[in-house]
Amino acid sequence: MEHLEVIKYIGAGLMAIGLGGAAVGIGLIFNGAAAGVARNPAAQDKIFKTALIGAVFAELMGLFAFVGIFILLFI
Amino acid sequence: MSKHESPLHQFEIQPMQKLELGGYDISFTNSSLVMVIALAAVLVFLIAGMRKKAMVPGRWQAMSEMSYNFVAGLIKENIGPEGKVFFPLIFTLFMFILFANLLGMFSFVPHGYAVTSQIIVTFALAIVVFLTVTIYGFVKHGLHFFSLFAPSGVPMWIMPFIVPIEMVSFLARPISLSIRLAAAMTAGHVLLEVIAGFIVTFITALGIGWGFAAGALPLGMLVLLIGLEIFICFLQAYIFALLASIYLHDAVHLH
Repeated sequence: MEHLEVIKYIGAGLMAIGLGGAAVGIGLIFNGAAAGVARNPAAQDKIFKTALIGAVFAELMGLFAFVGIFILLFI
Repeated sequence: MSKHESPLHQFEIQPMQKLELGGYDISFTNSSLVMVIALAAVLVFLIAGMRKKAMVPGRWQAMSEMSYNFVAGLIKENIGPEGKVFFPLIFTLFMFILFANLLGMFSFVPHGYAVTSQIIVTFALAIVVFLTVTIYGFVKHGLHFFSLFAPSGVPMWIMPFIVPIEMVSFLARPISLSIRLAAAMTAGHVLLEVIAGFIVTFITALGIGWGFAAGALPLGMLVLLIGLEIFICFLQAYIFALLASIYLHDAVHLH
């Protein structure tokens, strides 16, 4: 295909939309965490640890999109 | 700037000492050098820290003991008392990944390299965890280990759907474990390199006076991002050790 390079760049740009999902996910997790700490300030350590674990899983989805972008652009 | 390097240039492996074994290229690269330095750094941190063996620890001994207690608490919380046999594995993984991540922050020095950004390095670490979980599960529980794929309290007619899904999710564990670490490190370092490139671009395009003034903004952002990157180094090492403990809990207790 003669337009392969162009389509690859367009695809990489479209894949960047997936990173918005990761950002929203992390925001939702810390929304719940902040509400939990507001209700029960003594549990802040446990809530923070749980929020951190959840944020890593949500971040992983965004990083899948990021890795896909690099595969498209540089392979 | 005559040559315009891509942000991925920092991830190129350069052989330092060419070796060959039966047609395979096993040269000693800058990646191998940083792994050896990480190992030496962990050994120095722990052995020199515990040299005094004081009852009331000084600063270095307190840091070594803190890292030990941190991983011991992690294992006790997630696996329970039977998990003590796994302490060397989890402690080694945690300390090596932590020091390798932190040494990767120095990838701007000559021969510096971020080893945990390579998918093959993180895959090797993840496959060690996966094989430990699987082999220990089979040794301890025999064929009853397969009950891991059939969670209790599920009606029989839904089992043909649940079991393949659980098996796929079990096999996806080493993949997700390795990609999480590699992608986080790669993304962080590429972001740092891109923003640092902005500073250089500003200075070369606007000259000394205006270039320095305009370059202060990306410089401030770079300082904050380096702080975030150091936090992510600790966080990714903690998450790797935590997930390894959770998978071992599944193997030891079968849900």
